[in-house]
Amino acid sequence: MTESIVVDNVTKNFTMRDHRTLKQMLVASVRGHQISDTFRALDQVSFTVEQGESIGLMGLNGSGKSTLLKLINGVMRPDEGRVLTRGRIAGLIATGAGFHQQLSGRDNIFLNAAILGMTEAETRRKFDDIVEFADIGRFLDTPVAAYSSGMSARLGFAIAIHVDSHIFLADEVLAVGDRPFKRKCMERMQQIRKEGRTLFYVSHAPGSVRKMCDRVIVLEKGRIGFDGGVDEGIHYLKYDAPAPGDEPDDDDLGADI
Amino acid sequence: MAELTLSHQPDPADWPLESPAPKGGLAEVFRRRYLLKLVVKRQLAQQYAASVLGFMWSYVQPAIRFLVYYFAVGMVLKAHVDTPYFAIHLFAGLIMVQFFNQMVGAGTRSVWSNRRLVKKMALPREVFPVASVMVAGFHTLPQIGILAIACTIIGFTFEWTGLLAGLLGYGMLAVWGIAFALLFSALNVMVRDLQNLVGTITSFMHFMVPMIYSYNRIADSAIGGTIWEEVYLANPVATGVLLMQRCFWSGVVGDPSQTLYPDDLLLRGAIMLAIGLVFLFVAQRTFRRLESRFPERL
Repeated sequence: MTESIVVDNVTKNFTMRDHRTLKQMLVASVRGHQISDTFRALDQVSFTVEQGESIGLMGLNGSGKSTLLKLINGVMRPDEGRVLTRGRIAGLIATGAGFHQQLSGRDNIFLNAAILGMTEAETRRKFDDIVEFADIGRFLDTPVAAYSSGMSARLGFAIAIHVDSHIFLADEVLAVGDRPFKRKCMERMQQIRKEGRTLFYVSHAPGSVRKMCDRVIVLEKGRIGFDGGVDEGIHYLKYDAPAPGDEPDDDDLGADI
Repeated sequence: MAELTLSHQPDPADWPLESPAPKGGLAEVFRRRYLLKLVVKRQLAQQYAASVLGFMWSYVQPAIRFLVYYFAVGMVLKAHVDTPYFAIHLFAGLIMVQFFNQMVGAGTRSVWSNRRLVKKMALPREVFPVASVMVAGFHTLPQIGILAIACTIIGFTFEWTGLLAGLLGYGMLAVWGIAFALLFSALNVMVRDLQNLVGTITSFMHFMVPMIYSYNRIADSAIGGTIWEEVYLANPVATGVLLMQRCFWSGVVGDPSQTLYPDDLLLRGAIMLAIGLVFLFVAQRTFRRLESRFPERL
């Protein structure tokens, strides 16, 4: 087996600033208030993922899931410890990719694909598949600013999933799509899994985690609360007991967030 | 980057475990030329999106500015009386000042205005200020073409020294422009005041270079020959303007006794280029250090 993702003793702090202007900072320092405050989003997190594993990353809101994904994806760097990955990474960080609002869907496809490391020829080859998967129809040449949140999320997911990658990250991707689209996404992610790619899937939906993953990591206030089997992980979070008023379908396909 | 294997399983020999963060640095930006090309194309398209004249604005704007200065400073304040071919003198300067102002102005805003991408995608962020500088370069080249045509029509004596001066001036200013764009784009993420500061500096710049007046006037003025003249000339834009005028204006005037420059103008240009390269190195280092805080500050 080869290691795919190594997260070694990683800590990430965020600086929170209350006082923005010079006057506010002066007043604060005269009064002896703290000018800035730090918040620890991840605290000495360590784990290793082998190539081909598919991980469900779970945890309550604010437990550090998105920060961890940003570190693995390379958007952020850890303050302490190190994050190492092997191969090309594709995927989505939170819903909606980094689109440029004034650009058309077409231009955004090329730009996003280039950022993910695709060449022009590669993008052209996959262009029709991407457009078909995203199902944005005649909005292809409309600026992305005019897209609905669902269309924007579909396009982002379509690009990410068509990149030849070794690691696929999916952060709450299924939150905005409608049911047919969710189904399509799940199928593609199953395919990714079968191809032996590493899958890193953030979700609140125990049903889809059960279908998709063979290991669950639970984050709790920036620390690893649980790392192990899927059912045990879901049980650890107490997500297996149906909350009153839950539709059974939510469990099935995942109403993330 | 190695080609992907069909199995989607990376061969450990080709794909070592490494940090997923983009390597960054100017070298990485130019290694990913395709990405840079897309960002540049996008900025060009976006600049004149929803405007009727479109790309023509990069001719109309300098033309209007030129006419206003020519009227106000040349005809009303009579600066062109002791400056032969004042129009060429003015236009050569205007091109360089606008080049610098565009590089620094657009460069400063570049990371901030691309924050959606910066926050969500892993890419060398230097690509944004570098693209701004390249866009400014694209806008400037046609203007230099017009200047060259005008000089040819008037009658132009070619000189190797002049050509060297022009290239040195343009290249030197581009190096300073990239350095400022890198440094200010990063600082602007931390302190948004910078955008306003840069706006103020660039509006001063028209008066702080020998463009609407000749260098003669500086040499004759109260600061002529003092340390303050050196301070004035330490502005890379002032040196750049003088080098550009050495190329075009001197070529038109011909008689060297009518065109005064500081001593050792080319050497000054070379020194400014060397300082600019050091500054570029420092600016890139600073950008790298601040960059890790971008996603949380945007």
